[in-house]
Amino acid sequence: MSRPSKGAAANAPEAAPGKPILVVHDIVKRFETPDGILTAVDHVSFTVAPGEFVSLIGPSGCGKSTLFNVIGGLIDGYEGAVTVAGERLSGPHAAIGMIFQEESTFPWRTVIDNVAFPLELAGLPKAERYERARHFVALVGLAGFERRYPAELSGGMRQRVSMARTLAASPKIMLMDEPFAALDEQTRLLLGDKVLQIQQELKQTMLLITHNITEAVQLSDRVLVMTYRPGKLKREVEIDLPRPRTSEIVSSEAFGRYVAQIWGDLREEASRGLRDDEQYKLERKDHP
Amino acid sequence: MNSFAAPARSGLLTRLLPAALGIGSIAVLIGLVEALIRLGLINRFIVPMPSEIFLAFPRIVVEENVLSRFTLTISEAFSASILVAAFGIAGGVLLHRFTLLRQATETWVAAIAAAPLVLIYPLYLVIFGRSATTIVMMGFTAGVAPTVLKTLEGLSGTRRVLINVGRSFNLTPSQQFWKILFPAALPTIFVGLRLGLIFALINIVGVEFLINFGGLGQLINELSERYDLAGTYAAICFVVLVSICVFVLMERLERWLRPGD
Repeated sequence: MSRPSKGAAANAPEAAPGKPILVVHDIVKRFETPDGILTAVDHVSFTVAPGEFVSLIGPSGCGKSTLFNVIGGLIDGYEGAVTVAGERLSGPHAAIGMIFQEESTFPWRTVIDNVAFPLELAGLPKAERYERARHFVALVGLAGFERRYPAELSGGMRQRVSMARTLAASPKIMLMDEPFAALDEQTRLLLGDKVLQIQQELKQTMLLITHNITEAVQLSDRVLVMTYRPGKLKREVEIDLPRPRTSEIVSSEAFGRYVAQIWGDLREEASRGLRDDEQYKLERKDHP
Repeated sequence: MNSFAAPARSGLLTRLLPAALGIGSIAVLIGLVEALIRLGLINRFIVPMPSEIFLAFPRIVVEENVLSRFTLTISEAFSASILVAAFGIAGGVLLHRFTLLRQATETWVAAIAAAPLVLIYPLYLVIFGRSATTIVMMGFTAGVAPTVLKTLEGLSGTRRVLINVGRSFNLTPSQQFWKILFPAALPTIFVGLRLGLIFALINIVGVEFLINFGGLGQLINELSERYDLAGTYAAICFVVLVSICVFVLMERLERWLRPGD
């Protein structure tokens, strides 16, 4: 199945052959807090090739979501640069489609109207945008639910609506911030299958921000492991598992090895995060 | 027997049961009041018997021209509603858009919402005269502040993630407002409108009563001064009918604007 090409990002830049589509270069993001300056992201650089699936994994407080907001153009005031196919980004860009951790469907719109939202913004005629929206609704496995409202759907279905809405904008890169974090493990694995299927069908470049090791290994070509605060890249793990892939891969020996390897890297960081968190709570208890 | 008949009947019953229970409860209450009055436990010179009120309906329709008074009150309520919606929502949007304005005025608007504004009717009488304009403006004045406050609350309470979705799609400020902020805030805005219209309606009927001008309020004033208790209560029922009409209309409008709720 190929992707209809008239989305909101139709005029977005294409990557030159052999060049990465996304370059994140030396990003540093600091925040002012009552306790002083906090460096959330510290000199993070990586690239993503066209059609590649990359996951960024780290413990809570490692600056994953900050990086998501920087790449998505939702926050500024950072050092470094984000470029898509050579074009430096300054703010939200049509080439980057975002899927958020929180439920983000519009409750006042039906499934089809949610998915047609970016096409409506692009000024497509009604008949055409509905035809294209139906394509993406079917792609995420929600055919038959077009006239339902989000309140009538489960959490997993609503996340698929968000995904279809983002895909309908034809982004060059799909940026996802823990999109399945609120879902149970079984639904998460099954939705992972759906993401893999979509990625394979559309050759969609995807960057997933997650704290879930299983999810990262199940879906990715590469996993970038981050340190606890300040967030730096600790290690890059190539996931050499066969494609096309499904959630059945989780029972393979190789899968277990990757999970163990990444956990080995993350364990120390997660422990540091936990200690910091406990220390902070203790201090707040002593000095509220 | 058709196997689908039982679930269909059960579905119909489920739909009709709440309405039937509501009407039944009112009927029981009316019956109880009637019985208590007949038994002498409630003074019939203070509270008329429901049967007398029922019999008074044809009389106030024919002799007191209640339908034209009802039309006048409902048109005043409708005019005030339009003004409350237009200025209340616009005011809330302005306060949301300009932080300084919000910081400078929000407390005052909240104070106005809680004030017994009916007391300023003499001033309005001077400005607008003894006319329907005074009544409409009193309704508007009473209803606008809660609408401003709830509109502000609704817009400010829009979930951050929905705003970020809009930003990720590169929406212009105008698109961000009309396609995300406003529809997201609508349920809270309608709470404000309902509240505003309650205040407006109380003031409309109250000022009609006070200045002895116009619709149902004036009729209630006249009937009570004649000590026609049954007629007075029958006229009050028409005021309740105005309230029902306004609220049914609001509910329909909200469902049309926010069909997913």
